Amino acid sequence: MNKILRVNMTDLTTRTEPVPAAWAGLGGRALTSTIVAAEVPATCHALGENNKLVFAPGLLTGTPAANSGRLSAGAKSPLTGTIKESNAGGTAAQMLARLGIKALIIEGLPTGDTWYSLHVSNEGVTIQEETELLGKGNFAVIEALEARLGKKTGILTIGPAGELKMTAANISVKDPDSKIRSHGRGGLGAVMGSKKIKFITINDQGAPGVKIAEPEKFKVAARTFAKALLDHPVSGEGLPTYGTNVLVNILNEAGGLPTRNFTSGQFHAHDTISGETMYETIVSRGGKHKHGCHAGCIIQCSQVYTCTEGKYLTSGFEYETIWGLGADCCIENLDDIAQADNIMDDIGIDSIETAVMFGVAMEAGILPFGDGKGMIRLLEEEIGKGTPLGRILGGGAASVGKAYGVTRVPVVKNQAIPAYDPRSVKGIGITYATSTMGADHTSGYTIATNILNVGGFVDPLKKEGQVELSRNLQIATAAVDSTGMCIFVAFPALDIPECLPALIDMINARFGISLTGDDVTNLGKQVLKTERQFNMDAGFGKEHDRLPEFFKHEPVAPHNAVWDFSDEEIDEFWNF
Amino acid sequence: MNITVKLFATFRNGRFKMDHQDWPEGVDCRRIVASLGLTEEEIGIVLINGRHVPLDQVLGHGDTLSLFPLVGGG
Ligand code: SF4
Repeated sequence: MNKILRVNMTDLTTRTEPVPAAWAGLGGRALTSTIVAAEVPATCHALGENNKLVFAPGLLTGTPAANSGRLSAGAKSPLTGTIKESNAGGTAAQMLARLGIKALIIEGLPTGDTWYSLHVSNEGVTIQEETELLGKGNFAVIEALEARLGKKTGILTIGPAGELKMTAANISVKDPDSKIRSHGRGGLGAVMGSKKIKFITINDQGAPGVKIAEPEKFKVAARTFAKALLDHPVSGEGLPTYGTNVLVNILNEAGGLPTRNFTSGQFHAHDTISGETMYETIVSRGGKHKHGCHAGCIIQCSQVYTCTEGKYLTSGFEYETIWGLGADCCIENLDDIAQADNIMDDIGIDSIETAVMFGVAMEAGILPFGDGKGMIRLLEEEIGKGTPLGRILGGGAASVGKAYGVTRVPVVKNQAIPAYDPRSVKGIGITYATSTMGADHTSGYTIATNILNVGGFVDPLKKEGQVELSRNLQIATAAVDSTGMCIFVAFPALDIPECLPALIDMINARFGISLTGDDVTNLGKQVLKTERQFNMDAGFGKEHDRLPEFFKHEPVAPHNAVWDFSDEEIDEFWNF
Repeated sequence: MNITVKLFATFRNGRFKMDHQDWPEGVDCRRIVASLGLTEEEIGIVLINGRHVPLDQVLGHGDTLSLFPLVGGG
């Protein structure tokens, strides 16, 4: 990959630049965060002209390496005010990599009211005016663009939520079935909307492809790596069968399933929304229980969930969404949750932020707990249409909490806490508190070791070992997020000794270099420190690495656990 | 003594979701696992009353034993 595409939306110019030497060894999150830290003033307004939106495929994206087709998107987040990297599957990452594009950087803001689209091809990037698809949902955008430009077109798009600059808005990426994966968290859709870009299309015809420096060495490593993914029971069997939603019953049994806006750790109707029930439902209706979000995914945690008549209802139906609308909002009907997932894809809004937001909205009395139909109405009629109430809801959990005076608002740095209660799964609480992204489970997924017995076991209800666990995982994740790999490769990497060396061998063979395990760890540390420095420059200190107060004072059933880390204990995290 | 046994994911195939069983005092998780025709290698997570335990943990009257294969990831 040898070029950077730069788009200036203020003067509507584009440039193709060579890759600076300092960026040559970076990809994915390492690259988006390095560019944002270097070029975006930390104190800028996230929706103003000084923020930049950066897309970067990973170091291994575009190669035959299994599960390497993820795309990183980065910017200053309008939701958290911190730096943000959000990665997603879909077809765009591999197309950009094959085109030799290391990063696409979008800067500036148009002065007028005109909306635009970008088109990326082997010739570079161009800017067009757009009128026809404004206000349209993401599914309609994808359908229209495939008709306009051909079925193979890669697409990044924002829905009405992004156009309206809602801080929970996401960026949708077309998947291999012309459906949607999302750069979900942190409101990056609002950043794209602020730059008045409705969509970005990609045509990879004539792309030079990805050159591998040492093909034989690569092949051997790629085979070892793929075998590890298929051999591990989580990535080889659990995820393809039940998807991530198998976690509903596990977290419920362990007492860490946040329920009724984080007032209990168990949900009475857990079985109706569980992965087991979902699997049976999908199979009986003729849907697909396994499905990959990009070509080359061999884990296939995604699925196609159909309605009773067998028609597509949603895909990429994740545990966090189902937990949030299910247990946290007490909605017991999986079809209602699936329909909501589809609407959130269409209007382009983060399903984690929005699900947690509904829990707060229910506590605020905007609608009753358990009201699935009411939730669907609010999505379609208020958020989707951008009414004043819809804009408050579309601002996420903290926005609703503030507007309605709710004090039990589960957020860190303004971003919603997902699907694992930090009182009864303490390691993940350290991750929520310290992550450079605001509350984010993926940035240091201690659930693996706290709950799933992957990578050893650290008792979820005790404080011992949690800070170190979270630190090690956050460092490793920052490195993995830079390779273009799906984070689920971490399961085999934690347990199967050949897996991580094979991953490093693939990077070495791809570039003809000789990184060691320590180099990769150092890359992870470097990424975290770069991100943290940006956040400190933006005004965030250690006093922001804290969970909301209520976790300290409200014991959660069934273990009656509270969040009992002292500030000093949390701050140990950054000692590396 | 009375033990509630809960099974999840593939462990339910050909077995049950939940069963109330009678076991003598001093029974450990390993014995109940064996009685279900499950091998130790298949076992991913063992919980008694929502707490992670090793297979040789002895159960008490009224305990709930939950068994999962190695699955998960979100
Ligand atoms: S395992 Fe799931 S998230 Fe990861 S690449 Fe495959 S479908 Fe995408």
